[in-house]
Amino acid sequence: MTAKDEIKKSFLASIWFMFLTFPLMVIKVNTVTDTVEWRWHNMVLVGIGAFFLSMLWRYLLKRQADGSKKEKKEGPGIIQRLLQKKELTLPGIIIIGCFTLLFPHIFSMYQTNIMISALIYVMLGLGLNIVIGLAGLLDLGYVAFFAVGAYSYALLNLHYGVVFWIALPLGGLLAALFGIILGYPVLRLRGDYLAIVTLGFGEIIRLVLENWNEFSFGPSGIANIPKPGLPGTDLSLQGSTIFIFYIIVALVIFTIFVINRLENSRIGRAWIALKDDEIACQSMGINKAKTKLRAFALGATWAGMGGVVFAAKTTFINPASFTIWESVIILCTVVLGGMGSIAGVISGALLLILLPEYLRDFGQFRMITFGAVLVLMMVFRPGGMIENVRKTYKFEKN
Amino acid sequence: MKPILEVKNMTMDFGGLRAIDSLDLYINKGEIVALIGPNGAGKTTFFNCITGIYTPTSGDVLINPQGKQERINGLKTNIVTRKGLARTFQNIRLFTSMTVLENVMVGCHAVTHTGVMGAIFRGKSTLAEEKFIVEKSYEILKKIGLEKYVDELAVNLPYGAQRLLEIARAMATDPFLLLLDEPAAGMNPQETAELDELILKIRDNEGISILLIEHDMKLVMSLSERIYVVDYGKKIGEGVPEEIRNNPVVIKAYLGEEIDA
Repeated sequence: MTAKDEIKKSFLASIWFMFLTFPLMVIKVNTVTDTVEWRWHNMVLVGIGAFFLSMLWRYLLKRQADGSKKEKKEGPGIIQRLLQKKELTLPGIIIIGCFTLLFPHIFSMYQTNIMISALIYVMLGLGLNIVIGLAGLLDLGYVAFFAVGAYSYALLNLHYGVVFWIALPLGGLLAALFGIILGYPVLRLRGDYLAIVTLGFGEIIRLVLENWNEFSFGPSGIANIPKPGLPGTDLSLQGSTIFIFYIIVALVIFTIFVINRLENSRIGRAWIALKDDEIACQSMGINKAKTKLRAFALGATWAGMGGVVFAAKTTFINPASFTIWESVIILCTVVLGGMGSIAGVISGALLLILLPEYLRDFGQFRMITFGAVLVLMMVFRPGGMIENVRKTYKFEKN
Repeated sequence: MKPILEVKNMTMDFGGLRAIDSLDLYINKGEIVALIGPNGAGKTTFFNCITGIYTPTSGDVLINPQGKQERINGLKTNIVTRKGLARTFQNIRLFTSMTVLENVMVGCHAVTHTGVMGAIFRGKSTLAEEKFIVEKSYEILKKIGLEKYVDELAVNLPYGAQRLLEIARAMATDPFLLLLDEPAAGMNPQETAELDELILKIRDNEGISILLIEHDMKLVMSLSERIYVVDYGKKIGEGVPEEIRNNPVVIKAYLGEEIDA
């Protein structure tokens, strides 16, 4: 396309934007004096702004189109190559490990709390990654398992005085059970249909929690959930926050460890085969039902454990914490970070949770920025921030 | 000795449409048999019925890998594969996001056992099994002649190699009978000639019997020991290649009827 065409297109876009924003940006009704103020200069500004943004947009798209041709030859991107370098692995782990160990001591309580939330989402993202990234089952009701975990700790503690350390595996198990309960009826479903059913499932759990007062205390929620304690010590508020931080760090490491092993195993390959082609997958002797249920159950386990930590961290839960919005955020962390890639999901979760926190100063522009980042990512890096690279196997080629 | 695959009087209806009409077929151990017929004759449907993707409306599918006959219609696809029937697909169905080696490794699923706990703890038996899977898969790739593509993504392979990879993947399930659905479709003459050799090699060296659907008559005539011809779901001819070539009904089905002047 010639430069003239580009300018023409951008010009049209700017006119379109001026027209769209006309009622908002130009007309202003003064309700006190009952007069209309016409702010024509705003229209000019929108026009110029839209024109240049459109030019920039076109330039970036063009550059990406040229780039994708080259990239084919270059192979994986910089980050993947760094991740694959064996000699960088150990120093990398040490640096990240030291940083996380010192984090609560360097930064304020506020930062630590934000980091705990972000790490809970890392865990949720990694769990959902099994279901969506590996097995290719689009689950829009994932937050339901998070709720199951949180409520199982809250209720078990309230009625039976179950402590955190016992509730943690129990919450995971219960969530896995719910994963299987959801999995059974949707075994035959795929793609859009599956998404709708899981969406409904998420809402059902939330509505039950909201309306079954005798069971879950309805919208008023459950308060005074104890924080995890160390036997024999009495932790201060600050101490317990730091303790929860270390717990969630340990859980995230555990999650990464398990998922990494699952991914590169017979089970993980069966999941990816299921995602790629269901019929061929069955023709390889893979039991479709079993594989799907495994994905649902193992994905839900992490959400359940994350829920227990969440309940312990906030000490108060109610159904408002488990809305469809949360499911969407978790889904975004997986898609944005890179489906099927552990490093991608971690960075996606950290970015998506930390970004809005630190953008609070922008006030109402926060969500717009958030949306814009999502759109830009999907246009310029549809595979996610860190795309998954398949493992290559080392063996004797005799 | 009974045939390793025997199909008796099989019928498959889709609503009012009879896709397969009381078809009989058998394959002896070590045979290469071809199933031919015009487009839409019901050949792929026949494969789908045998491998459990569809359940035949009536009739029997009997297998006999080790001297004991067994009825397999109605069984699920993955069970049929575990019984030793492996297939390839007419429209290539590879696992596109995996490497070539991994595609074959998935094929080993049927003959391995690691479960969730085994995968997480990665004990001795799991490691041994992983090693077995990798080595076996590479061995098969070498036999098929795809070893140079090992770490390539399956989707990046040339078309002919993709078809071969389908065969490699099917062989990883340790079948006694290989069902090939148009293996030579889209191949050039040289590739087809190589495929001809390869199929013979699989039969002779691995002892795997072969049933193939194919439109390339040169390949069919040179490879197969017996040929079945179907049209509109009915068997219209059966016999050795020479008989089929001269069978007037078959010629009519393929070339159309002569109009009397």
